[in-house]
Amino acid sequence: MFPLRVQGLAFRPERQTVLQDLDLDLSGDGISVILGPNGSGKTVLLRLLSGLLAPSAGRIDWNGRDQPNGRLAMVFQHPALLRLSVFRNVEFALAAQGGERAARHARTREVLERVGLAHRLDESARLLSGGERQRLALARAWALRPRMLLLDEPTASLDPSATEAVERIIREIRTDGAKILMTTHNLGQAQRLADDIVFLADGCVQEHVPVRRFFSQPQSPAARAFLQGELPWRIAFDR
Amino acid sequence: MTETLFEALRLVVVVDYQLLAIVALSLRVSLSALAIGVLIGVPVGAAIAVQRFPGRGALIVVLNAMMGLPSVVVGVIVYLLLSRSGPFGEFGLLFSPAAMIFAQTLLVVPLIAAVSRQIVEDAWNDYAPELTLIGVRRWDAVVLLIADCRFSLSLAALAGLGRAMSEVGAVMIVGGNIDGFTRVMTTAIALETSKGNLALSIALGMVLICLILMLNALAYGLRCWALRRVG
Ligand SMILES: Nc1ncnc2c1ncn2[C@@H]1O[C@H](COP(=O)(O)OP(=O)(O)OP(=O)(O)O)[C@@H](O)[C@H]1O
Ligand SMILES: [Mg+2]
Repeated sequence: MFPLRVQGLAFRPERQTVLQDLDLDLSGDGISVILGPNGSGKTVLLRLLSGLLAPSAGRIDWNGRDQPNGRLAMVFQHPALLRLSVFRNVEFALAAQGGERAARHARTREVLERVGLAHRLDESARLLSGGERQRLALARAWALRPRMLLLDEPTASLDPSATEAVERIIREIRTDGAKILMTTHNLGQAQRLADDIVFLADGCVQEHVPVRRFFSQPQSPAARAFLQGELPWRIAFDR
Repeated sequence: MTETLFEALRLVVVVDYQLLAIVALSLRVSLSALAIGVLIGVPVGAAIAVQRFPGRGALIVVLNAMMGLPSVVVGVIVYLLLSRSGPFGEFGLLFSPAAMIFAQTLLVVPLIAAVSRQIVEDAWNDYAPELTLIGVRRWDAVVLLIADCRFSLSLAALAGLGRAMSEVGAVMIVGGNIDGFTRVMTTAIALETSKGNLALSIALGMVLICLILMLNALAYGLRCWALRRVG
């Protein structure tokens, strides 16, 4: 499945150009964080990789194949949780893979334990808070033992402690052997989690460098402008 | 006019054994048709919502149109099917409560299926990318979505109940309005009006409307209670 090699990828729905001639190489380990301004196509890129959208041009090469030969999971920015119990919301995903009922149930309990929802198995998923919903969605993806996990703004609109909990879970999933590719607008989070940064602007990858390098010496003008744009906010916040 | 109304009220208040029997049969016929209608209509509607097949659009148009199926036409069709010379004539079901249940089921199935199809399709549009990525097969999605939409789907059931309880054409034709055997509220109202017993007609009408109101209130209460627990 890895290395993942994206070449000349384009997404042009109806005269608009969202992505244009995008190249990206990803290795099979660590956490890669996609940064970029609103509307730069981060979500579209994740959807193209997951196969939910078809590219207008270019190719996605999973170590020589058109399709990933390992499991790929994705957690959407607004995860769809069914009007069922917390337990069932994870279990149905495992049921879709087949396998024994007892094993499914054990795995469901295990992941819910690891995201701190073990005591709420029978509650309705619709009554969970934003942070709990996100943890439940992560648990569902984790239960499938993905080789690659795509996360779209997993902590948007979460408070610092809920964010911390989600970041801890993301690290654990990585430790379990999943390659993680995620988007965020939280630069602190990018610094805490990322091994490398993919900076997206004007429809293509402007920069793909190790995290330290990106924040200390951004190369592209777009990345410098992006980081500077964040600066006034950070100074005001730190004061 | 006011005299008629007072007489109607008196008839409602004085509980009449005959009236009770008519009410009971109405409930039995319509609730049975509703139960069968839900068991068939909801899965059919949900399956059409999720599956893609040739002729799907045409099927949806026909199904939606069948929400307005004239009950007398259904009555005539069932009459032909069940009459002595018809394909199911040997069972001798014509002019029996079973025939009435059958006719009302035919009336409510398309209605429940059409409403369910829209409700489940809206949910499917929201969930499809995630469920597909998880690897949920379409038929399993049908089951999951029915469970997910169960509260909204109760509206489809209530619409079906209203249709069954209020129709007169089909039960009149296939039931025959036989006193003490196939007489239900709507056929009784039609008969009493034609005989000039307006007070009794109005009394029966009030009881029928109250009954439908009570069933809906019950369903609403149940739904609120369940929603508070499920969100
Ligand atoms: N399925 C689609 N079909 C057509 N256009 C789309 C589709 N999905 C997204 N777009 C367009 O692509 C552009 C990029 O959207 P995208 O959601 O990828 O941005 P983003 O980088 O994730 O932004 P944000 O940071 O706000 O989440 C938008 O202009 C959007 O309207
Ligand atoms: Mg986005």
